[in-house]
Amino acid sequence: MALKRKIKQFKWHRKHLLGLRELSAEEITFILDTAEGFEQISTRSVKKAPPLRGKVVVNLFFEDSTRTRNSFALAASRLSADIIEFTEKSSSVSKGETLLDTARNLEAMGIDIVVIRHGAGGAAKLLSRSINACVVNAGDGYCEHPTQGLLDVYTIRKIKGTLEGLKIAIVGDIAHSRVARSDMWAMTKLGAEVIFVGPPTLMPTQASRLPVSVCYSLDEIIEKVDVINMLRIQFERLGGNPFPSIREYSHYFGLTVERMKRAKSDIMVMHPGPINRGLEMESEVADGQNSVILEQVTNGLAVRMAVLFLVNQAAAQKA
Amino acid sequence: MKIILDSGQIEQILNDLAERIISQIPPEFDIATIGIRSRGEVLAQRLSSLLSKKLGKEVPCGTLDITLYRDDLNLPQGAAQPQVRTTEIGFDVDDKIIILVDDVLYTGRSARAAMDALIDLGRPRAIKLAVLVDRVGRELPIQADFAGYKSDADPGRLVQVSLVESDGKDEVVIE
Repeated sequence: MALKRKIKQFKWHRKHLLGLRELSAEEITFILDTAEGFEQISTRSVKKAPPLRGKVVVNLFFEDSTRTRNSFALAASRLSADIIEFTEKSSSVSKGETLLDTARNLEAMGIDIVVIRHGAGGAAKLLSRSINACVVNAGDGYCEHPTQGLLDVYTIRKIKGTLEGLKIAIVGDIAHSRVARSDMWAMTKLGAEVIFVGPPTLMPTQASRLPVSVCYSLDEIIEKVDVINMLRIQFERLGGNPFPSIREYSHYFGLTVERMKRAKSDIMVMHPGPINRGLEMESEVADGQNSVILEQVTNGLAVRMAVLFLVNQAAAQKA
Repeated sequence: MKIILDSGQIEQILNDLAERIISQIPPEFDIATIGIRSRGEVLAQRLSSLLSKKLGKEVPCGTLDITLYRDDLNLPQGAAQPQVRTTEIGFDVDDKIIILVDDVLYTGRSARAAMDALIDLGRPRAIKLAVLVDRVGRELPIQADFAGYKSDADPGRLVQVSLVESDGKDEVVIE
């Protein structure tokens, strides 16, 4: 019997994960391959391994989050790191402290990895230039949410085997979505074709300069795609009136049972969460047999463990 | 470069290891082999089929990736950065006698990491260590229960094991 899988010898050198735009297809594939090795930690008798023993990870979140924040916290603790939870509301930021001062003060306590979510695009990058610790972007403005992009391609690769040649629709509020952007970079680099679908008011103005096609009708593409990723309508970010009513949006862009009947029988239905049930997706679809929404969450843990492990490895090589 | 074992000798050693394992482990216990990636994986598969044949019952076989348990993860690695791969053990290790298999036993650090990794998977009745080459140079208080070829190669030299499944041929050389 031959060895089952061969992973090419590859040297990971990034001590920060800021976005997927700057990563090569080879680097993305390496993270996914590494994540496979972390999956089993969560299913065995002792759900912990020692590679980050003695390291400190800070969850520095300036925006609300349940999935990402808890996923990073659990990933860090499964790797035996200590974790500090930082929230803006109960911190000195509310007394006027700047992002960099906050981070430098945390760093002075001897932290090793900062996981940051911030409303401003580029916040993670700014931080990575100013402190010595590793920086992992957990969402910055409308720019990137790299670990979500990674867990999405990981989930697709796991089910479909490859992304090469797949047609993937990303539907909804593209303009305000960092998930759409990270997904787009990861998916296209791995060989998939990405279609942004949504009303013109929710399409980024520079969409024509991105490696995607744009479609304003869900009905037009529903029969053709292999994967459909339904984004959440982010009411907290919407300005003006991008669509006349929720019912109208739902009528044209909601993933309904009726639309699912026209889709390929093995279409993968994804959603980054949290779902507005009945708005972008009917409950029967969200809980249906094509839905991989909960697998995405499970896989997110393995992907985040891999990312924390790899940035720490790169930091150790540079020490 | 000097060839210390050819394919016939490797086959002979594995056969001999299987015989010794059977003679020393009472038949009422369940045995399983688990190989340390990546050459130990191949050797564990071969040992498990030999044991299965000789015992007339299936001896399960698994593969252990010890990367996360290495004691040098936070040291600079040079070109050989460790890569995490999957652990594939499709059976319960509880109450089994686990034959841990590796190609070369040298410093003992891999065996230490493997024991820690195994114990996170459950509680075997016992862990026994079987190796193709037992090389002088231990840095930890660990020894093999079933050792094949004994080598006193100098610390500066490299003992390289090649196996058909992973390298195209069976051979052990000292470089």
